[in-house]
Amino acid sequence: MLTYTIRRLVLSVPTLLFIALIIFLLLQLAPGDPMAQVPLTVPPEVKQKMREALGLGQPIHVQFWKWLVQMFWIEPQVFIDWLTNKSALFGWLPDTNLYTACGPTVEGPCDLRVISWQTRSPVMDIVVQRLPQTLWVVGMAYVVGILIAIPIGIYSAYRQYSVFDQAGTFITMIGFSIPPFFTGPLLIVIFSVQLGWFPFIYDTTHVVDDWDSFVFQLQQMLMPVMVLALQTTAQISRFMRASMLDNLNQDYVRTARAKGLSEAIVVMIHVLRNSMIPVVTVIALGVPAIFGGAIITEVVFSVNGIGQLLITALFANDLPMVLTITFMFAVLIVLFNLIADILYGLLDPRIRYD
Amino acid sequence: MTDPMPNTPLNALQDPEITQPARSQWRDVWDQFKHHKGALLGGGFLIFVTLAVLFGDMIWQIDPKKLDIRNKDVRPIYTAIWNSDAKVSWGNPLGTDNLGRDQLAQVIAGGRASMAVGWAAMILTMLIGTTIGVLAGFFKRLDGPLMRFTDLVLSLPILPLLLVAVTLFRQPLRANFGPEMGMFILIVGVIGVTSWMQAARIVRGDILALKEREFVLAARAAGTTSRGIIFRHLLPNVLSPLMVSATLGLATAIITESALSFLGVGFPSDFPTWGKMLADAVPRMQEYPERVMLPGLMISLTVLSVNYLGDGLRDALDPRIRGR
Repeated sequence: MLTYTIRRLVLSVPTLLFIALIIFLLLQLAPGDPMAQVPLTVPPEVKQKMREALGLGQPIHVQFWKWLVQMFWIEPQVFIDWLTNKSALFGWLPDTNLYTACGPTVEGPCDLRVISWQTRSPVMDIVVQRLPQTLWVVGMAYVVGILIAIPIGIYSAYRQYSVFDQAGTFITMIGFSIPPFFTGPLLIVIFSVQLGWFPFIYDTTHVVDDWDSFVFQLQQMLMPVMVLALQTTAQISRFMRASMLDNLNQDYVRTARAKGLSEAIVVMIHVLRNSMIPVVTVIALGVPAIFGGAIITEVVFSVNGIGQLLITALFANDLPMVLTITFMFAVLIVLFNLIADILYGLLDPRIRYD
Repeated sequence: MTDPMPNTPLNALQDPEITQPARSQWRDVWDQFKHHKGALLGGGFLIFVTLAVLFGDMIWQIDPKKLDIRNKDVRPIYTAIWNSDAKVSWGNPLGTDNLGRDQLAQVIAGGRASMAVGWAAMILTMLIGTTIGVLAGFFKRLDGPLMRFTDLVLSLPILPLLLVAVTLFRQPLRANFGPEMGMFILIVGVIGVTSWMQAARIVRGDILALKEREFVLAARAAGTTSRGIIFRHLLPNVLSPLMVSATLGLATAIITESALSFLGVGFPSDFPTWGKMLADAVPRMQEYPERVMLPGLMISLTVLSVNYLGDGLRDALDPRIRGR
């Protein structure tokens, strides 16, 4: 198992490099010019200087190499510095100063970080600012979706073709079919406009410090979470049902019943544990997809998370930001594919990778 | 000399009734398909929507792009039931938008764009997926590289890349093919390029199993070329999983096109599609919720019917389930 994990980890490096190259080349081919917004009165030679200041004058392979260095060498240094200087977890370690910021006062070699063209601040700093909102909404939605889906899946498999199962099938079909950019406005029309129960703009500056503000936080999270959770529920309850159905007719279930075990123990322990194996891997595989899919939900409910950051960066031709965020999505996909495969091997002793 | 045996067949050997001629496979499929109510409804609705968007503008002849600013913000005709003051007119049964464009005509025109993108992207997806799947499954040398490539594309973040591609390449394509055609090519192209992987995997798996079967060996012994085997013997056998996969592809393509339009990177602003109508209606949904509902319902119902159709097809085309 360990050798398999190590082999997969090593193999994922060229995959990620290749993905980074594809995204990079795609952005290079793009005709958009970051200088398009600069007034026409600026002379062309000044524009050329500005382009070079953004790092655009170099050949493509040099640009790609520099991005790689910034992403994998300088950003981790900044992160380690932050860990040892400011964070509560590792603040007791001696302060490191791996990263030297460039500036007029600095002499000698200094490190450049990945800089956003829109804001002229480091991309990773903005990403770190936006991450909590996305994680709260998307992560909560995923957990809620799983918690709803698993009981539905179990019960509809246990009572196959019952009314509950038919209704469950219909609802999952709806969950598959109605896109989030329709469920979002639909919920807003019903619950914000007609009933006035929930706010329809997610207030990210809201601070939770007492009971009322906590209730408000719950209210504003409810609708985006529900929109995302509908999609998750639809997928996972289908998988759960199919997997339970596969196991319910197995011989070991008959044996367990013949031994005189109660029905609850047979279903909830014997069958459920075996049925969870494929479902857990599906859950792991779905994590990156929900990050990507959350883009639309974030736009609908004005959550200023990662997805919304990507959209605004795209419209503003901010290539370093787009490259970094897209690459982070790719890392998530590769990572969770790996996690899913390893989990499958760990949970199911019948599967041996070596 | 004994008398010759009377020339009558033995009763025991006679069939009790005349044997039926062999039933064709598609007849069996149809018989199974008929039992799936959802699939029948879904298929019926899909045919209805397709016919409506194709020929609807012959019946409802208002130009969807015509601005009629005097008749702007007309509510749908059914609003009059509960609100007698509402501004309704029989000339615009589903109302008009804030520029006075007729909603019914827009739904028809928008549906035509959405369905065209959906069908074209689905066909492109199936073409790419089948080609790669057949090549990988049939030719052993190509299997490794092609499947590695498929895995690689599967680990690309699709929606962000779609957004990147559409935003960055719309200018040159618009300049070359005109605003609408350029966008159509771009959207169909990027959806096709980013969603063929499932079809390729399904086809490869089936081809791997099929090419070891005796009828392929027989065909090879009879001197059939690889090309002949693929087109005459293998492709007809992968048709049923491909059809199920195609329905899923159609549903995904319609949703993706609407999502792109909704995010504002789709077709130009005066060209109606369902996603575009939905996106335009969202800022004013407090006053006019029906403008959100109409295109949203059309997208959802179409996709729902396509999904049900796929569900029914999967049951009908699976010989293990059929006949139960």
